[in-house]
Formats: sequence, C-alpha cells, structure tokens
Amino acid sequence: MTEAARPLLHLAVALDGAGWHPAAWREPEARPTELLSAGYWSDLVAQAERGLLDFVTFEDSLSLQSARRYDPDGATDQVRGRLDAVLIAARVAPLTSHIGLVPTVIVTHTEPFHISKAIATLDYVTHGRAGVRVRVSARQDEAAHFGRRVIPARPAAENGGAREPAAEELITDLFDEAADYVKVIRGLWDSWDDDAEIRDVATGRFVDTGRLHYIDFEGRWFSVRGPSITPRPPQGQPLVSALAHRSVPYRLVARSADIGYVTPHDAGQARAIIAEIREQEAAAGRPAGSAAVFADLVVLLEASDAAAVERLVRLDERAGRPYRSDAEVFAGTPAQLADLLQDWQAAGLSGFRLRPATLPRDLTQITEGLVPELQRRGVFRRGYEASTLRGLLGLSRPASRYAA
Amino acid sequence: MTKALKQVHLAAHFPGVNNTTVWSDPRSGSHIDFSSFVHLAQTAERAKFDFLFLAEGLRLREQNGRIYDLDVVGRPDTFTVLAALAAVTDRLGLAGTINSTFNEPYEVARQFASLDHLSGGRAAWNVVTSWDAFTGENFRRGGFLEQDQRYERARTFLATAWELFDSWHGDEIIADKESGVFLADSRAGSFAHHDAHFDIHGQFNVPRSPQGRPVIFQAGDSDEGREFAASSADAIFSRHSTLTDGQAFYADVKGRLARRGRSRDELLILPAATFVLGDTDADAREQAREVRLQQVSGQTAIKFLEQLWNRDLSGYDPDGPLPEIDPDPGENTIARGRASVRMHRDPIATARQWREKATAGSLSIRELIVEVTGRQSFIGSPATVAATINDFVQADASDGFILVPHITPGGLDEFADTVVPLLQERGVFRTEYEGSTLRDHLGLAPLARRAASAPEPAPEPATS
Repeated sequence: MTEAARPLLHLAVALDGAGWHPAAWREPEARPTELLSAGYWSDLVAQAERGLLDFVTFEDSLSLQSARRYDPDGATDQVRGRLDAVLIAARVAPLTSHIGLVPTVIVTHTEPFHISKAIATLDYVTHGRAGVRVRVSARQDEAAHFGRRVIPARPAAENGGAREPAAEELITDLFDEAADYVKVIRGLWDSWDDDAEIRDVATGRFVDTGRLHYIDFEGRWFSVRGPSITPRPPQGQPLVSALAHRSVPYRLVARSADIGYVTPHDAGQARAIIAEIREQEAAAGRPAGSAAVFADLVVLLEASDAAAVERLVRLDERAGRPYRSDAEVFAGTPAQLADLLQDWQAAGLSGFRLRPATLPRDLTQITEGLVPELQRRGVFRRGYEASTLRGLLGLSRPASRYAA
Repeated sequence: MTKALKQVHLAAHFPGVNNTTVWSDPRSGSHIDFSSFVHLAQTAERAKFDFLFLAEGLRLREQNGRIYDLDVVGRPDTFTVLAALAAVTDRLGLAGTINSTFNEPYEVARQFASLDHLSGGRAAWNVVTSWDAFTGENFRRGGFLEQDQRYERARTFLATAWELFDSWHGDEIIADKESGVFLADSRAGSFAHHDAHFDIHGQFNVPRSPQGRPVIFQAGDSDEGREFAASSADAIFSRHSTLTDGQAFYADVKGRLARRGRSRDELLILPAATFVLGDTDADAREQAREVRLQQVSGQTAIKFLEQLWNRDLSGYDPDGPLPEIDPDPGENTIARGRASVRMHRDPIATARQWREKATAGSLSIRELIVEVTGRQSFIGSPATVAATINDFVQADASDGFILVPHITPGGLDEFADTVVPLLQERGVFRTEYEGSTLRDHLGLAPLARRAASAPEPAPEPATS
C-alpha cells in the first residue's frame, strides 16, 4: 500500500535534432544524416516507450534553428533543417502503444482551427495519447516567413539587457494571443458532444445537430465560429503544455495549460516558481494545481561522474564554447540525477522534462540508467498503468463544457 | 503494328462527406477512427494502387440555416492522417487536398515537404482554392476575396510554395562528424517572394525531400484549370462520365502539354469514379439501383432540389412532381459549404431542363435527382468492370481512375480481390510496385532541381 501512496514522479523527454548540445551530432552514436527520416524518430520514441516514460515532446520552429533569439545565426557547424513536429508525432504514433506524444506548435503564425483538428486527430490515431505544446514566436525571421504581421522591436537585447516598454507590451500581447489560441482549440475539442454522431437510420440523420456547438469565439487577434470538423477526441481534452521562464508566460501556464515546463536551477527556485503559478491560477479562477509543473533539465549521463564531465568537456570543445541553456545542465550519474529529481520534486514539482544532451546516447542513459534507479527507489512506474496520456498523469476525462 | 497497351493507374478515394457515401448500411464503419483509414490504405496497397486520396472540407456544411445532417458529418485532419498512414504502408502514395486560401505557403510547404520525407517520397498535394466567407469564419484571415483576386491568390500561393520546395537543392547537408561541417551553405533555403498576396522572405527550414516536391494534383475543368494543369500539374481529375466526353477532354488537355514543352506522359488524367460489383451484370445493376436509392433518400432529394432552387422546398413530396415555381436566381443562401452549389451557373435554365426530363420520363422529384446526380460509375460483374476500365484507358478517355467506394472502410475489398487480378491478367496493371516513390508509380521521371518557375493559371474550387 505504501508503494501506491508514495508520490510517483513523472518523466518526459524533449526530443530535438541530434540532442540539445550544439555538438551532439558529432558524437559516435549520433545519426546526423538521418534526422529527416521516419526511422530515426520512431527509434527514439520506441526507446522512450521502453523506458515507460510518460510522454515525449517534439521541438519545432518556423525558421532554421538559430543560436540567436530573434534572427538567423548563419551557423554551418550545427544541425540545421527540421520536419514539422505534428507530422513527426503522427508518423511515429501507429508504432507506439502507451507513450504520450506532444508536438510543439507555434501559435503566433498558425491557425487554431487547423491545430485543434490536427491534435484531435493525433488523439484518435493514438487512442488518447496526444498533447500539444504551444509556443509563441517573437522572432523577426519567422514573422518575415509569413508576412502577415510585423514584430516591431526586439523584445530584449540578446544578452538579457534592459527591456523596453514596447517590447514588454509585445511579449504580453503574444502570450495573451496564445491564451486566446488555447481557448479556441479547447472550445473546438468540446464543440461536438461525445454522442453527437447518432446514425439514426429511421430519420436519416447522421448527427444530432443539437449536440454540435458553435464556439463563436471573438478576440482581439482572431474570431473562430466552429464547430470543429473533427468530433471530440478520445481524451475529450488532449493535454496543453507550455514552456515558461518568467511572469508573463507563467500566467499563460496558470490560465490555460495542463502542464507547465519551467527552468529552475535549484529546489528553492522551483518552489518560488510554483508559488507564482499557483497565485496566477487563483487570479484566473482555476483550482490550485490545475497546471502540473514539470522542471526542464538538460541531462548528460554516464556511469561515473568523471566520465560525464569528461564527455561534456569534449562536447564543449567541439562546439568551441561552453554550453549554456535556459535550463539547468546536469552532467553526472543516473543515481546523482535521481537524487536531484527527488530533492526538487519535494518542492512541489509533478515531474521533469529531460532534454537529452545527445541522441540517442543520453536517451538510452535515461531509459536504461535513470529509470531503473528510480524504480529501485519506488518512485517510478514498473509498467504502464493507463492507456491514455491523461490517465498516465492521473487526470480523468473531463466532461465537455457544453454537456448538459 | 499494334500499339503497346497502356498501363492503368488506380487510386482509392476515402469515402467523402457527401451522399455518395452510404452510412446507413450495416457494414458502414467509422469515418474518423484511424483503423478505417488503415483498412482502406492497406487494401489499396495490397491491390498495388498508386495512391490514397483525401478530400477537404473546413466547415460543416449547412442548409436552411442548420448543419446538414443527412450525410456523413466530420472528418479528421488530412496531414495527421497521411503522416500516420505512412507508418502502416510502404509504397502507397498519400494524397491530400489542401486549399490555398486558409493556409500560408511557408506552413503548407513545410507540411508537404515533411510528409514527403516521412513517407520516403510518397506525398501528393491536390491544390484547391475556395473563397467563401462562410468557411472563412473559422480562420484568421476570413475567406472573402474579390472575384478577380481569387485565382490570382491561388496561382501565387502555388508559385510561392514551389519556390520554397526548390529553395534547397538537396546537397547542402554534409554532416561530417570529423570536420564539423553540418551545412555546406549558411544560406541554404533562402527565398524571397514579393507580390500583392505574399510578401515574404527568409530561409525555408525543411531540406529538399525525396521527390523534390509533392506530386501536384489539380481538379477542375475550366479553361484556366486546364491551362494550369498543362503547365504545372502532374495529374488532373475530371468528371467526364461518357467515353466520348472523356476522350474530348483527354485530347484537349494532352494537346496543351506540347505547347508547354511537356510530353504527353508528364500529366495523368484520372477521373473519379464509383463502382458497384455483382456476380452478374444484371445482379450488379440491381444492386446499383438499391445503392442509388440509399444515396438519394426522399429527404436528400428535396435538399438537392433546394440547392438548385435556392428556396425552402420542405413542403414538397419527394415522390411527387417538381415545383412549378422557378428557382430564386439571387445569391445562393440555402446551402453553404458545398462546391456543387457553385456549379449551377444558370439555375433557371437547369430547372427547365430538369422539368423537361421529369415530364418526359414521368419522374418524381426523387427519381429525377437519382438521374441527374449520378456520377461516373462502373457497374457490372468483375469481368465487365475490368474490361470497361481498360477500354476507357486504351481509348484515351483517361489514364486510370480514382475509385470512390460508397462503404467505409471495406468498400474497396471486393474490387481489390476480383477486378484487380483481371486487370493484371490482361497485362495492364502492375503485379508489384516497380519503384518506391509516388512519381515512380505514376511513371513520372524523377525531378531534377528546377528553376523556380511560377505555375500559371489557377486551380479550381474545392470539391468534397
């Protein structure tokens, strides 16, 4: 019984290119010429599923990868070029059976109507394992690829310099728009009652139109009438998640998300961030804990501390500079990482989204090193206990907002 | 000297959101569950078809101010379904209808390029345009375009996507671990496109895909549509239901290719067609009659009539005569979200023809609608259907057909099991895939990297 009562820790992995370190693609196990192939992605997700992870996320952007925050960097010594994350998730979906699949979508330049049905469809293909990670774009190059809006100013100097009021306003607007976007995709998911399809041969009616709902959303950036063209997905509401580094995005997490990814560098920071998100939840009228908070960590794992550090040094040398990240960079052993995760979890985190420094190496270290360690400690599952992503995270299937 | 036999091309259309699809049949399954798509795709691949085809509809159709509930309603997202199908098929082409109005070129180009990568070169794009404000209510930009802007936007949309596909040459990724060079050219994917509709520049972020770009399909019949197809498409759909009409269309479109500097084999003509199989021709005809009555119920017949009349005709008896009042020639407000409504260019003249036909044949409303809404259909025993299909192809009325089953998902099974082997025996249909890409299946040469040349006239309205 104590086993079941003990808080379990949730683990996700963030997949991106050859891994998160800029020199990851040069590692011996790296497959840099296969990054655009289906086999590469299905191998990674199969590995994550063997490790019983809750879900994987897929990064995305509407520009070439760039170390610069707002425009291209012209680099030729790092992975450049990628595939659409929703399509990668869909491509691997039929080859998996339990793990959640959470692609990134850029909400600033895409249509909520399209994304709502795409994620609903991913939920159908996976029988209830879909989520989405929403991301805003303040990049001038991405805006120029669409030509529909102008990003007026750089929101901040590249190295965290002073923020101008206009830039602050832009960031606030982008996240407010993201909140509207999430409102629309969620409304569309509910726009068909679960029992809308009646196939009533006697009256010749395929659907009961009383069970289909116009969402009639009107906002500052867009209006969407609805209903969706896709029936309510298996989970009712697939999971919505977002990465957040400061107050404005914390508010998006608190208002709109099921999962927030945050980047504390110690347990104290984790506690403070969670407190701020809980306050914002209360301000938004959501019950405390509506958003599960996951900490992001870049991880590089070896059997010994020294070997891990040595590999990080080698990667940094190849990259020509020490790797810096918004998230804490951890290089050490699976047991050391397990210690850290348990320590931070005590601050109120629901789980972690680990960013493997290199692929497939650090993913394998997670599934074959970290996971068994956590299992030994009794804080990670020994088998998939649910068939949907909501189920894995202990969430029930919500009733539709339109349900009588 | 006898001419070598042409090879027949066949494709499978997932049953549509329209009354061709019979949902009331006990064998009819889900139109949403992925397993239905898997069943049809794997049947098509087992039968060595060229591709699977998905139509589009971005707003639930309405009639008389209400969501239209007599046909199948709802569909999943096209890109998501096609990418997932790439995992459960190896060779089958994956064709999606994606319109140019409610999307942006950068996004659509990266979705198709991604699909082409993830399927190993099996992606196809049926380019359509629509411009109704009704559908636009679901989207950021809305839908309304001035008449003279409509084709222009569609044309430039495709031209722009084309530039994006061609922005990577295919040799930029070096990924040499030793030297540390990943990309040969920091400007890979650079593009700039400036016109009245798209003012965009930067770098495309999906490197060149296995086929170079998706195979381009185009549906439509107008002079503009034919010119577009002749200049830029790899395949064209048509709806010509008789041998002679098909031959005339075929000769016209193929004739246009030479003027574009293209050979006759560079554009396939693939009409959509339904089919009903029976043990004998008489048996098939009897079944086809029953299918037509399922497709056109009394209620459905009245709804069809309303679409032409542009009036509420719910008080009329479908088993009685046609209305004596004329259609309302104003803007069509009865039915929204349907391509067919726009096909009635002169409703009063069409109504006159329908009345004459009904009078001559003593037809009720329902009987008339059964007659006038029929589409190209192969009805007969497997031997008859195989022979007829082959005759159409050998007589240059088409290069093959996109088959539209009326039952989901098993509606193609019998065709695959009975008709395909007969075509194979005749030596006009493949027994194994010869290549791995959709271009291979269609007999199209691999694409050399081409200069970004704007496709010229425009695609036609969406159909579903």
